[in-house]
Amino acid sequence: MSARVKWRRFVSNFMLTLTGLCALVSVSVLFLILGYLVFNGGKSINWAFFTQLPKPVGEAGGGMANAIVGSAKLLMAASLLGVPIGFFGGIYLAEFSGSTVASVVRYAADLLNGVPSIVIGIFAYGMVVLPFKHFSTLAGAFALGLMMIPITLRSTEEFLGGVPRYLREGAMALGASKSKTIATVVVPAAYRGILTAILLALARVAGETAPLLFTAFGNRYWSEGWGQPTASLPVVIFNYAVSPYEDWHRQAWAAGLVLLGLILIINILARTILSRGIAVPRS
Amino acid sequence: MKRIAVLVIGVLALGAMIWAQNALLINGAGATFPFPIYSKWFDEYHQKNPNLQFNYQSVGSGAGIKQMTEGTVDFGATDGPMNDDQLKTFQDKRGSGILHFPTVLGAVVPTYNVPGVTGALNFTPEALAGIFLGKITKWNDPAIVGANKGVNLPANDIVVVHRSDGSGTTYIWTDYLSKVSDEWKSKVGKNTSVNWPVGLGGKGNEGVTGLIKQTPNSIGYVELIYAAQNNIPYGAVKNSSGNFVKADLASVSAAAAGAAKEIPDDFRVSITNAPGKSAYPISSFTWLLVPQKFQDAGKREAVKGFLKWMLTDGQNYAEGLSYAKLPKEIVEKEKKAINSIQ
Amino acid sequence: MATVKTTLPNAGPVMGSRSFLSRLRDGDEIARLTTMVFAATVVLITLLLVYELWTGSALARAKFGLHFLVTRVWDPNIDQYGALPFMYGTLVTSAVALLIAVPLGIGAAIFLAELAPPRISDTLQFFIDLLAAVPSVIYGLLGVFIIVPLMRTVIFPALNEPLGFLPLFKGPSYGVGFLTAGIVLAIMVIPYIISVSREVLLSVPRDQREAALALGSTRWESTWKVVVPFAKTGILGSVFLALARALGETMAVTMVIGNTPTISASLFSPGDSIASVIANQFTEATGDVYLQALVELGLVLFLMTFILNGLARILIVVTTQKGSGVPV
Repeated sequence: MSARVKWRRFVSNFMLTLTGLCALVSVSVLFLILGYLVFNGGKSINWAFFTQLPKPVGEAGGGMANAIVGSAKLLMAASLLGVPIGFFGGIYLAEFSGSTVASVVRYAADLLNGVPSIVIGIFAYGMVVLPFKHFSTLAGAFALGLMMIPITLRSTEEFLGGVPRYLREGAMALGASKSKTIATVVVPAAYRGILTAILLALARVAGETAPLLFTAFGNRYWSEGWGQPTASLPVVIFNYAVSPYEDWHRQAWAAGLVLLGLILIINILARTILSRGIAVPRS
Repeated sequence: MKRIAVLVIGVLALGAMIWAQNALLINGAGATFPFPIYSKWFDEYHQKNPNLQFNYQSVGSGAGIKQMTEGTVDFGATDGPMNDDQLKTFQDKRGSGILHFPTVLGAVVPTYNVPGVTGALNFTPEALAGIFLGKITKWNDPAIVGANKGVNLPANDIVVVHRSDGSGTTYIWTDYLSKVSDEWKSKVGKNTSVNWPVGLGGKGNEGVTGLIKQTPNSIGYVELIYAAQNNIPYGAVKNSSGNFVKADLASVSAAAAGAAKEIPDDFRVSITNAPGKSAYPISSFTWLLVPQKFQDAGKREAVKGFLKWMLTDGQNYAEGLSYAKLPKEIVEKEKKAINSIQ
Repeated sequence: MATVKTTLPNAGPVMGSRSFLSRLRDGDEIARLTTMVFAATVVLITLLLVYELWTGSALARAKFGLHFLVTRVWDPNIDQYGALPFMYGTLVTSAVALLIAVPLGIGAAIFLAELAPPRISDTLQFFIDLLAAVPSVIYGLLGVFIIVPLMRTVIFPALNEPLGFLPLFKGPSYGVGFLTAGIVLAIMVIPYIISVSREVLLSVPRDQREAALALGSTRWESTWKVVVPFAKTGILGSVFLALARALGETMAVTMVIGNTPTISASLFSPGDSIASVIANQFTEATGDVYLQALVELGLVLFLMTFILNGLARILIVVTTQKGSGVPV
């Protein structure tokens, strides 16, 4: 074997090992993050964290119960806004529309998806906070819901489109109208994918902070109803992290662990549902 | 279909249940300067009146004024009193006047993190102006060394830290610098948000304190309690009588002594660089902003009740957190002013 | 079983040619109209958003015109606003992020697409997708408590001592700054580069690789000189996508960039980005011009991400179509 070939072989092995290293580094970052959160946050997770309200500034102790519930309420309301629009809009694209209309809607959804979350916050402030004259859970949910729309829309369209034709034709042959076919045959067949998309959309907005800064604002107490400002996990993490109080730093780590844990669980759940396969066998 | 209907109804029912209001929530936003005592006050007041919740968000005086003007919060808080333009804008937008109620007296201190220095440094007005203008760049500059004989100041670069958000604390600091330095007055001026010649920005008093703690060779300005609670050293400042005074209850109260008798009816006054041998030169009142006319009677009564409590029992909490109590004359004047809230 | 080709007309909406009345009777028309309303809402919301950004910045646009994009001054005291320091900060941090993330990301994608056995490739991709799901504020948390001290104690001395004469690496370092923000952003965008590049590389037809290997090239040579160039438009698309994400990132950046509107050649200097300054100053912008200047910044950011996302999409679609449409 000539020296030239030996050199080329060496370069090949070297570069390929390097790429392996790149992959290793990228993946290990995830575990580093998790490790740090578990290490720093695990110490501070206690019963008080989940059940108590924040204490006055500078005093140790207290918890984030209101932020946890606040985040839950925000996500619930955001889904009520974002999921129906995305879902039914997706049905329209997949089942009823012509191709030009479909591309316009798809384009709008992609545009919305690419808008930086802080700009969505500006929009929600102008649309909900100013007219109603106060910060509210509703305003925060509006901002988050908007961010859920594009993911839900595109995925619904995609998964409905993936339902095999023979299912629809079978229903039609039995005399079902189009809407009945969609409701009883097509959507159930695609439900796994759509559910996955909703879960992923939820996971995406669960961690969003910027749009909540001037919509949900913040609250040191329980937020009642939907018209009052509310604490939320991401915003509290932000405020505590940039503060000088050690106790608040510890709570920020703990909250970070809880938040990330939740998001990762949702993600893993979603992907497992999807990988189990579509509900109907293909021929 | 049925399952979806049940789900929707369940959600709506849940929503209705959560909607049941049994406590009155009063929202406020503003200065970070008095946040430690406000959060203590609101907590104590809530324990005495469980049906009232004062939700105060410490977002900076600038945001407090802005959100009051927009009508998105019920009360505001600021350490930089609203100027006439802002008062007019409020009147135009909200259709009512706005009242300033001093709550406590506080001090803005120069706080720093210099390796090897654990005690209080002395700062002259010229030194402070020079540092924040970016003209004095090293810790061992003669302007600083001259006032601190015997202290070993390193030849390191000074890292200036200021506020990144609109801040009443900034207002107090720049108000003082504008009084003691003509160059500062013409180049930068006084406001809640200025065009800083140098430095890093931290969000809120909290953010600045955090940055100073973590950044060696840094200097910034924060409310006294933030330096005290976090055990970072802060310096003494030369007052108009030529004495180096460190901020504490006595020196802050001394600064307010002169203003006590002559405070204008709307309570807007600046006491920086106040006369007096033992006065701390960077002291200030901090104010709650309350609209003159309330739409909601429940909120109006709640706020009036709180203000009365604040002026009596509330004042007893101030000194524990290193804020000075209001002078008696001002307390009496404010009690009368509360009655003008409709 | 062999699929039987049906001969129904209209492949799309399968029952396109029934009469209006019969459609109405069956509730089809209602279904169509209802879902159409929802779909229209999406378009409406997007249009409304752009409209709000446009009108919400009217005062500022009228006052500053295009000068806004080249003015350095940001002074609320005298109501003078310019976008330049923030555009600079946004672009510099994103550039640093890409400089770090692109080589790492493409390297990892090559490994996952070409070398790793499918099971390992899928598993690793799974973890990388999880990395993409980590919220911004958590990256900010890590940035503040880990990367900032690291910058001050390790990275700055390592770069400044040998290379401090270059304006790029001039001190002093505060821990926060352009480089810190760039590093945090790099970690955030790597997953995007990896997943899209991997997909694009996988879609390169096998015969390309095999032809190269048959001609005697090493694995690396066939990858680097044949497969990657074939996929390069798609990979470029993934870079644009990552860039668009980096430009709009708010929380992680605002916690580690230093929040000072500065334009400086040094990577260690503190600065500010568009998203960060909006987050910091929006709720307190007293005065209409001030607020509208911030909205105008939002508009600028929106346009930047809009253009990039569009380009990215075109590039990715072109490559994947190229890959699947090559005749043997």
